[in-house]
Amino acid sequence: MIKMRNIRILGKNIRDGFRNVIRNFSLSLASISCIIVTLLIVAVAMIGSYNVENFTNIIRDDFTIVVYMDNKLDTNAEEEIKENINNLSNIESITFNSKRDIAENMKKEDPIFDTIISSWGESENPLYDTYLVKVKDSDKLSKTAKQIEKIEGVVIVKYGEGMIESLLSIFRIIEKILIILVISLVLVTAFLIVNTIKITIFSRQEEIEIKRLVGASNFSIKQPFVIEGLFIGIIGSIIPILVTIYGYSTLYEKTGGVIFSKFITLVKPFPFALYISGILLVIGIVVGMFGSSRAVRKYLKI
Amino acid sequence: MEFIRITDVEKTYPTGVTAVYGLNLNIKKGDFVFIIGASGSGKSTVMKMLYREEKPTHGQIVIGGVRVDKLRNRKVYKLRRKIGVVFQDFKLLPKMTVYENVAFVLEMFGYTKSEVRAKTLKALDLVGLKEKVKNYPDELSGGEQQRVAIARAIVNAPKLVICDEPTGNLDPDTSLEIMKVLEVINNLGTTVIVVTHDRDIVNKMKKRVILLDKGKLKKDFEKGTYDKNEKH
Repeated sequence: MIKMRNIRILGKNIRDGFRNVIRNFSLSLASISCIIVTLLIVAVAMIGSYNVENFTNIIRDDFTIVVYMDNKLDTNAEEEIKENINNLSNIESITFNSKRDIAENMKKEDPIFDTIISSWGESENPLYDTYLVKVKDSDKLSKTAKQIEKIEGVVIVKYGEGMIESLLSIFRIIEKILIILVISLVLVTAFLIVNTIKITIFSRQEEIEIKRLVGASNFSIKQPFVIEGLFIGIIGSIIPILVTIYGYSTLYEKTGGVIFSKFITLVKPFPFALYISGILLVIGIVVGMFGSSRAVRKYLKI
Repeated sequence: MEFIRITDVEKTYPTGVTAVYGLNLNIKKGDFVFIIGASGSGKSTVMKMLYREEKPTHGQIVIGGVRVDKLRNRKVYKLRRKIGVVFQDFKLLPKMTVYENVAFVLEMFGYTKSEVRAKTLKALDLVGLKEKVKNYPDELSGGEQQRVAIARAIVNAPKLVICDEPTGNLDPDTSLEIMKVLEVINNLGTTVIVVTHDRDIVNKMKKRVILLDKGKLKKDFEKGTYDKNEKH
């Protein structure tokens, strides 16, 4: 019986909260727009950083140091180099790629290569025997490469010359900037909601006073305001959610899931976009309710 | 049977002004009581202490067995649900219809729609405003607005109705009308306390009169009248 009564009170407060958003729409609009802008940026930041995370992992798996060895070395000397490399820390695996194999692969790639390479005799192959070295920690890639360079008999070491690394560090900086931006926007939004609810509270001082006089509990006076914040959050998250779902799946379709180069592949839109939407809705609701309950605590003196 | 017992009550405001002191008063269940006195006599403070808007600095106030002076702030609403309060300025919500102004109280307490409807219409019927349920407060006369406020005060069937200058804004005929409405409510068993300046009303109603002067009880008499010689 008591439970039914509480449900009815909650139902009334939800109706009142929603009605207040509509009734004070010009006031709520400032908070709603702020939530929209914040959540749009949150969406871009989340989609961006998740994708960056995704393809950096792909790139990382591909990080290889190619070690070219002197043509004059015999098999024993090459084995010695392998051992020397293996003795370094940060080495995950070493694969031997002989100059003959490289030549065979090149032949398959292009008919012109095929013609040229076929004309070489066994001893005329000008290519180098190589080791393909994979590292454990890709952040120390260049350090490891430099150590390998110093080993005797190693002619050239190639590892992308830091290009990929600097690309990754740029991504990381962008990620950090986005996080800071998102946090500050969330705070600004919460602050705006505090203000909206504050003005609502002030403009309804008389109503609150009357409710108190006829025996409304503090909780039942506060609850509609908190629900009002909740609705501001929900309404504010609708547009960002639509933009996320439609925008991202359109982007995915238009690009075929690949940007710039085949390295950078996008995460499939479903269910990814739905997860992001869920997070946006939760952020909207939390920010809305947090803002309003703060305002209620601060300005509703009862 | 004692319904309200005020014992040795004193109220000193933080400003240092003592509005009430040494007040002892008993009010029986079903009584109709006028509290009269000049401005600054402490009658409004007594009212406010009854519905626990103010707390006495000293003494006891018991209403229906509850120590009002000991009531914690967050429990005050429980007391207020048992007391109806009517003010000089009506305190109606202008954006709500007559019906909504009364019904929202019950909705807030979680009554079902049909309960709300039945009780609201009954209260509005009692004050003679059943025909005006769809009107807004600014479409009503002062007397009608006060009757809406009375309907709101009694809709949850309180044991006590407190009226602070209920006829202060009304002409003499309308004032008497309001008093008749309060008398009907009183006849149904509700204790009614009216704070007023209105000499005519007090004299016509012939009810118990409590006269306060400078924060003290000066006179308390049954079927009393508001003596012309009393200062007010």
